[in-house]
Amino acid sequence: MSTATTGMSTARRNKTGTRGQRITTGKQRQRWLPWAFLAPTILGMGLFTLVPIVASVVLAFFRWDIISAPSFVGFDNFAEVVQDPTVRVSFLNTILFVVVAVALQLGLALALAIMVQEKLPAWLRVFFRSAFFFPLILSAASVSIFMRYLFNEQFGVVNWLLSFVGIPAVPWLTTPAGSAAVVILVYVWQNFGFSFLLFIGGLASIPTETYEAASIDGATGWRKHRHVTLPLLSPTTLVASVMAIINALQVFDQPYVLTRGGPGDATRTAVMVIFESAFQRLQFGQASAIGVILTLIIMAITAAQFRLSKRFVFYQ
Amino acid sequence: MTTTSTQRAVVDRVAPQRPAPRKKRNWSMAGRIVLLLIASVLILGPVLWTLSTSLRPPAESFQLPPSFLPLNPDFSSYDQVFKQLNIMLLVLNSALVTGLIAVGQMFTAALAGYAFANLKFRGRGALFSIVLATMMVPAQVTIVPVFMLIRGIGLSDTLLALILPAIPTAFGTFLMRQYFLGLPSDLGEAAAIDGASPWRTFRSVYAPLAMPGMAIVGILAFNYHWNEFFRPLILTISEQNFTLPLGLVSLQGNLGTGSISVVLAGVILSMIPALVVFMFGQRALRDGLTAGTGK
Repeated sequence: MSTATTGMSTARRNKTGTRGQRITTGKQRQRWLPWAFLAPTILGMGLFTLVPIVASVVLAFFRWDIISAPSFVGFDNFAEVVQDPTVRVSFLNTILFVVVAVALQLGLALALAIMVQEKLPAWLRVFFRSAFFFPLILSAASVSIFMRYLFNEQFGVVNWLLSFVGIPAVPWLTTPAGSAAVVILVYVWQNFGFSFLLFIGGLASIPTETYEAASIDGATGWRKHRHVTLPLLSPTTLVASVMAIINALQVFDQPYVLTRGGPGDATRTAVMVIFESAFQRLQFGQASAIGVILTLIIMAITAAQFRLSKRFVFYQ
Repeated sequence: MTTTSTQRAVVDRVAPQRPAPRKKRNWSMAGRIVLLLIASVLILGPVLWTLSTSLRPPAESFQLPPSFLPLNPDFSSYDQVFKQLNIMLLVLNSALVTGLIAVGQMFTAALAGYAFANLKFRGRGALFSIVLATMMVPAQVTIVPVFMLIRGIGLSDTLLALILPAIPTAFGTFLMRQYFLGLPSDLGEAAAIDGASPWRTFRSVYAPLAMPGMAIVGILAFNYHWNEFFRPLILTISEQNFTLPLGLVSLQGNLGTGSISVVLAGVILSMIPALVVFMFGQRALRDGLTAGTGK
């Protein structure tokens, strides 16, 4: 969290406006100069981000299969999509996935961050932090490839290890519940490290004196964390949960590689149905409508969380 | 902002300590270490298992109980990866796509970040807000129009289709703006007194100082795009334009479960560049990933 964040906070910024202004030959030259600096980013973003955002909203009101000309259909795409059983199941799956995966991810990350930040030999702390961070550098597709092998019902190491504690072979990838469990476990395995990093940063910013004061008052162990750590950490928890939810809502790589959405529709997610209706069934209008709905859900959740934060988050 | 950040940097190394009776603390520390070790085994185990399977003869992939440590490593799976999959082409494609995106992002983000931080122009605040707002809309949602656009400009099924749309970066611009705001402004004033043009001031004074920030942008871009699966799946069609993750997933599909160790060997090979970044740029990667999430 240091170089970038520490750097940005220097108190010089009030001067920035006038920096490097007097040197130019004339007013004319100064006026276009910032735009020269901005051109690559602004033009690129306009073309590849802003235009597509507007286009996908417009496209949601048209029927288009690339081959024939697009025709305006009003809200038909939305009506069809909302009634489509596959789309419905996929959104329900996604919501269920977000609830379970994010809860696991945040709980695990918080517990491990607290354990790592307490008194520990320095080399061990470095080792644990690196280990928990490690899966973030891997490709979700590659991770899903080897996890599919580990979770194989007959030959997988997971079932083999479970057999030692007397659990009979779990049909991980062939049953709806097993598949959902694998997708969630693989996703959390790879992503909890991100929340872990955020919590480490948040914990480090809690002043040591607060803990000293708490222990003078007799708070230890669980009570100390319940009454000191959690309230002081709530701004971090908010950021971590917003980011975890937004990312989880867009899950695609893991279910695509692990299960292709199956068995049946058991692990099909919102982004998977966008992908399938656009690039397999060539229903670009419907795909855009699903995308617009997903974006609205993401925006609503973000807004709701920041509203909630005003009530529950404790700022120092 | 200033206080929290510096506090954080300092406290980062000194974990909150609690004065507790000595014996009790040792026990609780031992318990914590055991729990943390279990977590580390669960995290690192699957990767080590993959590595060891890839180093066993393919026939042993489905042998239980497995021979744990391949004492005489068998590299036949690695030979097979090169035979069954044009892995050099995949590596080349991935390197080209990732490298050009990273370099492109570093330069465009540095330029735009500098303009937002140090140059004055009308509409600066509003424009910066728009740049930030684009981060709210997920890339998966805009992929349909991006796909159309790529077709429209005749780039469909080329590596440029992957590279060009990924170069403008809202997050990188944000990061570089913050970085430039943190640099002392006297430098620019001194250069101006010496008669340097604004471009020279940027080029010779600020850009060199902003290298660490640019490195963070580059490393983040590398980490993201080397591992990227969704866009290549949609924007490339022929196998000669596949990137590594896409090639590995399609190899797994072709092989069924027959020689999983070959796919796993490919997976291990594809991790090497990311591992190098992990070893040498972990700090920068951590800083980049968590930048902008502070209070």
